Amino acid sequence: MSPLTTLRTALSSIGANKLRAGLTLLGIVIGVAAVISLMSIGRGAQAAITERLEALGTNLLFVQPGAASQGNVFFGQGSASTLTLEDANALLDPVFAPSVAAVAPELRSNGQVVAGRENTFTQIIGVTPSYPSVRNVAVDSGEFITRGHVDNRSEVVVLGSSVSETLFGFRDPVGQTVRINGRRFEVIGVLESQGGGAFGSFDDQVLVPITTAYYRLGGQRTPQGGVTVQTISVQVKSADSMDSAVREIGTVLRLRHRITGEDDFTINSQQETIEALEETTDTFVVFLGAIASISLLVGGIGIMNIMLVSVTERTREIGIRKAMGAKRKDIMLQFVTEATLLSLGGGLAGVVVGLGLSRLLDGRSLGGQDFQTTFSGDIAVLALVVSGAIGLFFGIYPAMRAAALHPIDALRYE
Amino acid sequence: MIELIDVTKVYRMGNVDVAALQGVTLSVAEGEMVAIVGPSGSGKSTIMNIVGCLDVPTSGRYVLEGDDVGQLGDDRLAEIRNQKIGFVFQTYNLLPRLTALANVEMPLLYGNGHDGRRRALEALERVGLAHRAHHRPTELSGGEQQRVGIARALVKEPSILLADEPTGNLDSKSSVEIIAILQRLNDEGITVVIVTHEPDIVSHTKRAISVLDGRVVSDVPVDGTRRAAAPSAPAPSGGAR
Repeated sequence: MSPLTTLRTALSSIGANKLRAGLTLLGIVIGVAAVISLMSIGRGAQAAITERLEALGTNLLFVQPGAASQGNVFFGQGSASTLTLEDANALLDPVFAPSVAAVAPELRSNGQVVAGRENTFTQIIGVTPSYPSVRNVAVDSGEFITRGHVDNRSEVVVLGSSVSETLFGFRDPVGQTVRINGRRFEVIGVLESQGGGAFGSFDDQVLVPITTAYYRLGGQRTPQGGVTVQTISVQVKSADSMDSAVREIGTVLRLRHRITGEDDFTINSQQETIEALEETTDTFVVFLGAIASISLLVGGIGIMNIMLVSVTERTREIGIRKAMGAKRKDIMLQFVTEATLLSLGGGLAGVVVGLGLSRLLDGRSLGGQDFQTTFSGDIAVLALVVSGAIGLFFGIYPAMRAAALHPIDALRYE
Repeated sequence: MIELIDVTKVYRMGNVDVAALQGVTLSVAEGEMVAIVGPSGSGKSTIMNIVGCLDVPTSGRYVLEGDDVGQLGDDRLAEIRNQKIGFVFQTYNLLPRLTALANVEMPLLYGNGHDGRRRALEALERVGLAHRAHHRPTELSGGEQQRVGIARALVKEPSILLADEPTGNLDSKSSVEIIAILQRLNDEGITVVIVTHEPDIVSHTKRAISVLDGRVVSDVPVDGTRRAAAPSAPAPSGGAR
């Protein structure tokens, strides 16, 4: 039997029972649509995270203190207070660290910010004037912290947009006074909104001069006596000089800390963070796909079920075809083709539905969560191939049953 | 030339062996028109199945046109059915969702057939049904359906036509038509073997083989072919009246 005739015969058999074929198809349609839309959502989330991290500034390195220890007990990474403001300034040395473009040291703490009758508990970050350019944030109104503010340990604050909204509503907070841990701070600016991130909102924070954070809002003194910092964000001149920047920073800090053995700091790049996250989210996407694949499997079993019924119902037809000279492989091929056509048809419809669903969800807000979906061709091709394979796999057993029927028994079947 | 030599057929039903044929020897020459008669359970259908290559003998030999086909595999048997044998069934066995033309075309799909449509139409013309080619079986009368069945049996130009109670489900007028067609085909040189228990049909054939309890009990020429009765055919119960 020629392939074309086989195809035509299979199509006419499917067409003979449209409702049943449609319902069987539906199982596959739902499975494929679920795989595609869930994976699109997963990919979308991945893209959103990466995008947001990249928006925080590129060519960034993060220098953090090493783990503090008491006896032999080590605390977490960054728990030691070995990095100082002076370390940060030393990294700007054009001779020892020519690859460094800018540094932004940070000192983080939490505290209660009060304005009139409103208050909020938020992150208080001590920063220097280089913070906006290094961390890729902009001031929406007012001004940012200046050199003078840092030198004078001024009690001024720049509010994150959501803190501003909580405390002042839609009024302009610039020039107003807030109290942080009991001290009065003048609001000199508000940051532009950046939107919520996967790791807390960047809008939910307030920025103060780093010296103010250190001397006025607590913090420990170091053995060296300088201002301790928790993170030094280092902007590197170009992406090509990342490796040399890591070496230069290491050298400068080792010299300053007089280290001969193990480093008391770590250097991570933004890229590493993104890669690590992508690895995690990849797992997440695959996991979503795997869950959706279960419904595809169920659809496949549905096909097998209907094919078995069909073989039984068409026993007589099989007998007639065999009497007319159909060989085992002709019968086998006919039923396998039917099953594969069913599941491929379902797969195709599923791709369309899945594409539609992910389009529909893209940019929608569901339960307070903004959906972003990324549909890609490879998922569609994969889903199609898998659905075809499922039809083939689940079609083979019923087809074998059909092919094995004895012509006389099949002809006598009522 | 069909030759069965000491053919036996044993079916296993549960734990009991049932001998359907117990040493049948017969031969049908090319161009003959033979009736196989006998009561139900006599083994005539089993002979038909073996002759039609739908089944293989348990022992003995079946030589078809010089080839021993008794112990061939499924696929070789399928080829022989496709190329040398045309089946006509009591219940027509047409596929209800296909048109008459598509039904007739079906055997051509399983060989190296080309020009299927044209050949199928020719076969329908030979049974006088070309004008009903695009009707489905449900839109045809019983006689017409059986004529489609004959066209389907003819489409591969077989040398042997096997008809199993071809008029069993038909009224007398249609029966006469069908028999006339079978006779005409026999006149054209096709070997025709009919399994029947209707004396009317037997009288239209040239030779009657009676089967009882898995054995051939008589094998006689039919005198006065195409007359109303077949007096000299001593068929057992249900045979000649």
